[in-house]
Amino acid sequence: MAYQNIFTQVQLRGELEAGVPLGPHNDERFGPFGTSWLMGKLGGAQFGPVYLGKLGIASLLTGFIAIEIMGLNMAASVNWDPIQFVRQFFWLALEPPAAKYGFTVGVPLNEGGWWIAAGFFLTASILLWWARTYVRAKELGMGTHVAWAFGSAIWLYLVLGFIRPMMMGSWAEAVPFGIFPHLDWTAAFSIRYGNLFYNPFHALSIAFLYGSVLLFAMHGATILAVGRYGGEREIEQITDRGTASERAALFWRWTMGWNATMESIHRWAWWFAVLTTLTGGIGILLTGTVVDNWFLWAVDHGFAREYPATGVVDPATLPGAPQ
Amino acid sequence: MKTLNKLVAIVLPALLLAGCELGYKEQEQVGPRGTALVLIADPDTKAKVGEVPAPPYELTPEMIGGEKASTAYQNVPVLGNVSVDEFNYLMLAMTTWIAPDGSNVKDAGCTYCHNPENMASDEKYTKVVARKMLQMTQNINASWKPHFAGQGADQENAGVTCWTCHRGNPVPVNNWSTAVPDPGTITGNKRGGNTPAKTVAYASLAYDPFTDYLAGKESIRVGGKEFPSAASYGSIQQTEKTYGLMMHMSQGLGVNCSYCHNSNNFAKWEDSRPQRVNAWYGIRMVRDTNNNYITALGDVWPANGKGAYGNRRGPHGDPLKVNCATCHQGVNKPLGGYKMLKDYPALKGAAPVAAPAPVVAAAPAPAETAAAAEAVKPAA
Repeated sequence: MAYQNIFTQVQLRGELEAGVPLGPHNDERFGPFGTSWLMGKLGGAQFGPVYLGKLGIASLLTGFIAIEIMGLNMAASVNWDPIQFVRQFFWLALEPPAAKYGFTVGVPLNEGGWWIAAGFFLTASILLWWARTYVRAKELGMGTHVAWAFGSAIWLYLVLGFIRPMMMGSWAEAVPFGIFPHLDWTAAFSIRYGNLFYNPFHALSIAFLYGSVLLFAMHGATILAVGRYGGEREIEQITDRGTASERAALFWRWTMGWNATMESIHRWAWWFAVLTTLTGGIGILLTGTVVDNWFLWAVDHGFAREYPATGVVDPATLPGAPQ
Repeated sequence: MKTLNKLVAIVLPALLLAGCELGYKEQEQVGPRGTALVLIADPDTKAKVGEVPAPPYELTPEMIGGEKASTAYQNVPVLGNVSVDEFNYLMLAMTTWIAPDGSNVKDAGCTYCHNPENMASDEKYTKVVARKMLQMTQNINASWKPHFAGQGADQENAGVTCWTCHRGNPVPVNNWSTAVPDPGTITGNKRGGNTPAKTVAYASLAYDPFTDYLAGKESIRVGGKEFPSAASYGSIQQTEKTYGLMMHMSQGLGVNCSYCHNSNNFAKWEDSRPQRVNAWYGIRMVRDTNNNYITALGDVWPANGKGAYGNRRGPHGDPLKVNCATCHQGVNKPLGGYKMLKDYPALKGAAPVAAPAPVVAAAPAPAETAAAAEAVKPAA
């Protein structure tokens, strides 16, 4: 069990490390605050320094407002009863405006206006956080890969809550805030549009999602497995013989004939993750705007198999059918 | 310590599964392989098929052919053409079905509906209701045969009696009334759902799917054609409301979605099972029953708190009405499909004016079916 590496084996302790000095036009950092044995089991033992900055503060503030609007609306729906709020929490919702309001902004607050407000502040918070990941990466002289991967997730979020409702001309198409309500929305969305499983972009999204999981498992397992040779120190090992890196590569060449490299495996992982939400967003955007029934579309385009009909006839089409 | 860790690692996930229905499930494949057309039932939680009480006595053809009730009794507009013997026989049965002697129902027995001093009197509201219910039963049996006798099944004696719903209770156990509307403010406003409600299987769906679909005639069809058009209309909210009704039907009948639908495309009739046609007629039968018989009684139903036998209306003031569970009570064929009507010919009612069209085309070859299906597609 000792070498299964479930927890970090070695914890570095010493002088708290403040990191590189900041350039001009930066805000103050907080910390470093100290070390934690428990956190050291899961990652680095040192907590801080944290760079909050103007973007971070604005993002937290708008995010807080969004969560407050949702939470207070839900609390109001159970007559401000804290016990019922907890008991029914998974069922409670803040719902978008009804279809009769279309895609207008002037919706009364208690008719869905609060939903628009919560969505606005949540979106602001997410976009500010995106900007923060971008600016902080630049400051450290890094690439902006994290920001663009996050951007792919934001694309799906915006399609679900804003772009598609706009194209459909109705806020009612958007997802409610709430645990079970948003799951019910998902099920209803699939049923309404003829089964989302027959949406090829949904299929791609699932393939990338499951592929991400597979790649993450393969990569994580490989690096942990060569942890005994210092495999986590990836880059410095690439060119040497007999290293953890070479063993890891050989393992995959032996078992599947080919190996990703220490660098390319991260490109694989990045693209799979990014394409999950990118293709998913495209699939959602096409639903109801371009295709109204994915099953019929899929059968029509040779994407799904048509089974023999059961011989059932829609009774509403029979002469003299009751209404 | 290591053993303890392993034990925790094994026991903890097992505990997390405690909410699942473990154990053997009954399965029946009802469609092509790989289409998930399987009916799955948990034998431990399956609703029990109700008992059928024996008829009061044997009803011989001589008794049926005897003197008409209208000659012996006054004020018998619905059952006047039935023989005196059969009339009395039915009254005895109805007592057993609705307010059985010796039960804890107030005025159990004949006096639940009748003034014992004057049996013909309509002074008790329950008698007026019972008359309407007899007409309702006759209407169901005469006009709604496609609901309970589709798929080439034997139509003889298929239908309902008072017992199908009442089961010895003055008010059937499963009923519904319109939900109290939400307030105009956000306080206490659940938007008609977002509540663990039994009516929709504890989903957060709209908890009153009945008012619009089982009294009103709102369209349940939300699925679209291949491409959007002006005829595409079903919103997500409408779909969720439909979904709620379907959850009620699933629970009320103790069946899965696949009892009627092919889940590859719920909306498509050509891939559905014939049971969906029964359900389609059932929905219309329930509307007919609710609107033309129960709600039609109007102020015969006493205001809540005013009636002799307890409340007959919901919190919104409308009478308690029927849904799928009222008859089915968790079983796909009420009373296991027992043809109780054979013992109570007076409840069959008059033959419908026009015979309903056949429910299912007689087992055509697949190629023909496809063509036929094409031919009957609705225009839009």
